[in-house]
Amino acid sequence: MDIIFNLSWIDYTIMIVYFVFVLGIGWALRKYMKSASAFLEAGRAIPAWVTGLAFIATNLGALEVIGMAANGAKYGMMTVHFYLIGAIPGMILLGIFMMPFFYGSKARSVPEYLKLRFDEKTRGFNAFSFAVMTIFASGISMYALAMLMEVLLGWNFNLSLMISAVIVLLYVYLGGLSSAIYNEVLQFFLIVIGFAPLVILGMINIGGWDGLTEALGTVAVSNGFEASAWLHSWRNTSSPDLNPMGVGWFGVFMGLGFVLGCGYWSVNFLVVQRAMAANSMSAARRTPLIGALPKMFIPYLVIIPGMIAIALTYMPDSGFELPMKGNSFDYDKAIPMMLGKYFPTGVLGLGLTALMASFMSGMAGNVTAFNTVFTYDIYQSYVNPNKSDKHYLRVGQLTTIFGVIVSIGTAYVARFFNNIMDFLQLVFAFINAPLFATFVLGMFWKRATGHGAFYGLVAGTLAAAIHHGITSPEGSEMLIKGGWLGGAVHYYPSEMAQNFWTAIYAFTACFLVTVIVSVSTKQLRTNDQLTGLVYALTPRIKEEEGVRWFRKPEILAIIVGIIAIALTIYWW
Amino acid sequence: MNLDIKIPIGLLFTILGILLTIFGLTTIGETELYARSLNININLWTGLAMVVIGVFLLSTAKYRKAPTKE
Repeated sequence: MDIIFNLSWIDYTIMIVYFVFVLGIGWALRKYMKSASAFLEAGRAIPAWVTGLAFIATNLGALEVIGMAANGAKYGMMTVHFYLIGAIPGMILLGIFMMPFFYGSKARSVPEYLKLRFDEKTRGFNAFSFAVMTIFASGISMYALAMLMEVLLGWNFNLSLMISAVIVLLYVYLGGLSSAIYNEVLQFFLIVIGFAPLVILGMINIGGWDGLTEALGTVAVSNGFEASAWLHSWRNTSSPDLNPMGVGWFGVFMGLGFVLGCGYWSVNFLVVQRAMAANSMSAARRTPLIGALPKMFIPYLVIIPGMIAIALTYMPDSGFELPMKGNSFDYDKAIPMMLGKYFPTGVLGLGLTALMASFMSGMAGNVTAFNTVFTYDIYQSYVNPNKSDKHYLRVGQLTTIFGVIVSIGTAYVARFFNNIMDFLQLVFAFINAPLFATFVLGMFWKRATGHGAFYGLVAGTLAAAIHHGITSPEGSEMLIKGGWLGGAVHYYPSEMAQNFWTAIYAFTACFLVTVIVSVSTKQLRTNDQLTGLVYALTPRIKEEEGVRWFRKPEILAIIVGIIAIALTIYWW
Repeated sequence: MNLDIKIPIGLLFTILGILLTIFGLTTIGETELYARSLNININLWTGLAMVVIGVFLLSTAKYRKAPTKE
């Protein structure tokens, strides 16, 4: 890649002002960090609109901005599946049904819920895999940011890595989860204002929606699809061959929507932690629903630049082309290339700052989730229980430093062994895929036992690994992409289809094994112990008197649902 | 917690907005600079939008009457 941006004083000034604010927030909050719960759980004192924006901003990291723009270029409007069917049902599920158990029980983390509901080994399995996973995720964010700065700005890789690590470390160390959440909201605003001009300029340039439609028709036809393939989300899913994503409607609906989407948005501690920091049960339940409103409109910010990038690439006289990587386009460069094409110095600094903000929110999100799980579920449970609160506050703070240092290490691992990172992400996918089944059974079936949950999880993880081992996306290399058990017995049209089906098999295996083992083992938890943890044994939340309609989770959920359905029909 | 997040966000947007607006005003007519952005002075417009958002956030934020002593 040879686009190196030349920044001027105004761009640097914008970046520096932003960094000052980020650190300033941490500094302003430091005096509140007097207990472990203030540091690790934000003292459960944050208003719903703040946790709601943080809920989606923590996910608006590197993966989202760079990856979803890349998907927009690769798959077009089918990418909205990740925002509608792949996110909204999970958020509604969390807000309406699951949050009462997470917030209402004494659990301080998702693994701790598993311990209360099931047993120690289920919690241990989840806590350890989650801790390792968050550290690697934060390392990958750092690596990706430093790599991008090296390529775009010619900055030294080590230096950018250290700067981003130190900034995140400082603001999380000073202000804990509150600082991470407040900064995520700041980053959210910055990402919106940083990318909005890009969308506007790109749309003007390509001749509005009509121009984009026409240009994407060319893209679709050149790739052997119907002209409308880049512009619809469901229309071409009757067969995987008809759409660029290579998936059928059932795979999208069950794999992405039900297993992956609900699994991520309703039980992943990374996002659930934000809702648990809210200042009341009602605020906690409203968190994912408030987050869902902007979530449904983020596609316009990140998918459309990607779609414009691929459209311009296929226009002979646009003077813009996505770079190649092997024998396909390097889709991940869509956002940086578009920034370079449309932004003059000034907003360029703002756009790059927004990009950095997105990486940092991803990093900080993982660091704070790691902190809490390590301190409560690993340290307090297995290493040193029954210490004073001050002690665990100190451990939480030291864990922040430790976590960031290990993340830096993993960033270097990513730099030198690209395949190892792919492999690890795969392993995490195997561990994550079945989790949703465990929670659904745990929360809604009081007969589910500890042994059932544990062996269900193991079986689901194995099922995912085996399915991945005997299938492969068409025309891809073996091992990392699949078929590692010595060849493939089934070929999927695309990696995406393979992922969705891996999730479906993992969920099913976990569900069945949990049920079978539960029925054949004794329930060791009494009904009393399960109160507040299982739906049937938990008193319904009483409707509060005199609450305005927009503060009621159920009403919000209906509004979110209607908008999501309307958008689904619009992009059909 | 006694920090309304609207204050820092409002301040950041106002400061960056003023910076971009001034930069936009001083670069009016620099066709070479704005060739990329389709001859639109995008710095000026983005700056103005940020000032508006920033001032709006600051005007709706809740301020403490006096800083509480510890």
